[in-house]
Amino acid sequence: MTSHAPAAAGRAAPASKARRHPLLHPAAKAVLFALCLGPLAWLVWRAFAGTLGANPAEAMIRGLGDWAMRLLWITLAITPLRQWTGQPTLARFRRMLGLFAFFYASLHLLAYGWLDMGLDLADIGRDIVKRPFILMGFAAWVLLVPLAATSFNRAIKALGAKRWQVLHRLVYVISVVGLMHFIWMRAGKNNFAEPAVYGGILAVLLGWRVWKKVKG
Amino acid sequence: LPGAKSAVPGGFALEKLTSYQDATTYNNFYEFGTDKSDPAKNAHTLKTRPWTVAIEGECAKPGRYGIEDLLKLAPMEERIYRLRCVEGWSMVVPWVGYSLSELLKKAEPTGKAKYVEFTTLADKAQMSGVRSGVLDWPYIEGLRMDEAMHPLALLAFGMYGEVLPNQNGAPLRLVVPWKYGFKSAKSIVRIRFLEQQPVSSWTKAAQQEYGFYSNVNPKVDHPRWSQASERRIGEDGLFAKKRPTLMFNGYEPQVGQLYAGMDLKKNY
Repeated sequence: MTSHAPAAAGRAAPASKARRHPLLHPAAKAVLFALCLGPLAWLVWRAFAGTLGANPAEAMIRGLGDWAMRLLWITLAITPLRQWTGQPTLARFRRMLGLFAFFYASLHLLAYGWLDMGLDLADIGRDIVKRPFILMGFAAWVLLVPLAATSFNRAIKALGAKRWQVLHRLVYVISVVGLMHFIWMRAGKNNFAEPAVYGGILAVLLGWRVWKKVKG
Repeated sequence: LPGAKSAVPGGFALEKLTSYQDATTYNNFYEFGTDKSDPAKNAHTLKTRPWTVAIEGECAKPGRYGIEDLLKLAPMEERIYRLRCVEGWSMVVPWVGYSLSELLKKAEPTGKAKYVEFTTLADKAQMSGVRSGVLDWPYIEGLRMDEAMHPLALLAFGMYGEVLPNQNGAPLRLVVPWKYGFKSAKSIVRIRFLEQQPVSSWTKAAQQEYGFYSNVNPKVDHPRWSQASERRIGEDGLFAKKRPTLMFNGYEPQVGQLYAGMDLKKNY
């Protein structure tokens, strides 16, 4: 909420020069970049300090998965937040957030393959085919790849804005597949409290878009 | 809680013990929450005195036993068992208790007693997790009569030479080392002899994933993960290799004959 303070001050005593919005500050992106690396730094630190608990591999894999999902949800929240807060400048952070979601999803996959499966590719292949919840998670990651690969400006130009946009609507499918991966993982233990929270937030984020579309 | 070294075959695994810290902070005990760290945080509200266990059903001498009587019912033994969780991790825990058969024999089960059902405490006032609908409370588990009478089936009152911490199932729990951990009911309040096979809580919740027998079996996978290997808790940190899971958790010489001729894929 601190972002409102300068604007309010500006209204009370109009400055001669329009003050630069903090979201447009040159350091804003660097700060966000550092923030996004925070969870990884924290997990790695705890791994070295030996404070990841009794099952550090599981804590690492799940921690990375949690952050992949959280960052994807935050990415999806940018457009609604832009409208609700009247801050169109938020859009300039969306690409970085989306790429970080992909980054954490990739680390999550790598951690599963390495810590859980010992990097045995044949074993991993069998596991993906055999187990629906692993397949779901893997599918979500695979679908993220083309979005990450076309995230730079020249790709937008090459594809054309229209086609690029259609491609990037895949993110809605990815979020639902990712959520199903999480629900399915917890289903056998009947532990739906956390998936319900993520599901509820996603329902708002996607429902808002549907509502906008219907309303025209 | 002292116990003499057990002479029961298979009762003294010569493996590195899981640390007390890990064994008491990484627990599945849904009555106190669904996270592994929840029971250690929340189980202090459990009152273990007074405590009685009702023995009922197909037996000549049903009755109620106070915890003090149960503690004196048979000599305490220390048994070091491997513990394999259905989730794919394992521990090595030194338990203190005596064979479940010592108690069951006192009740003189009749010829009709084919199964033993265990009911555990489900008290909203003492157990924060019971308010959630994660499982159909109270938690029910069961064994076939011959499984329950096997000397390795342990009624435990302590671990690591001490009285059981609440999060590990105080004041008394079952430990059936050749089955997945959830078969070993905690904080037991009722034992019932039955003619029909009881329905375990996890079987009721997800029948295709958790069968009545739930013997540790590397060849029968859980629908959502492999059971061929396991992660030993506390072993070399993040990059430790998983170890192969053993048939009947390594207790095949002792319990294999209980399942002779049975299709273990069907009776999972």
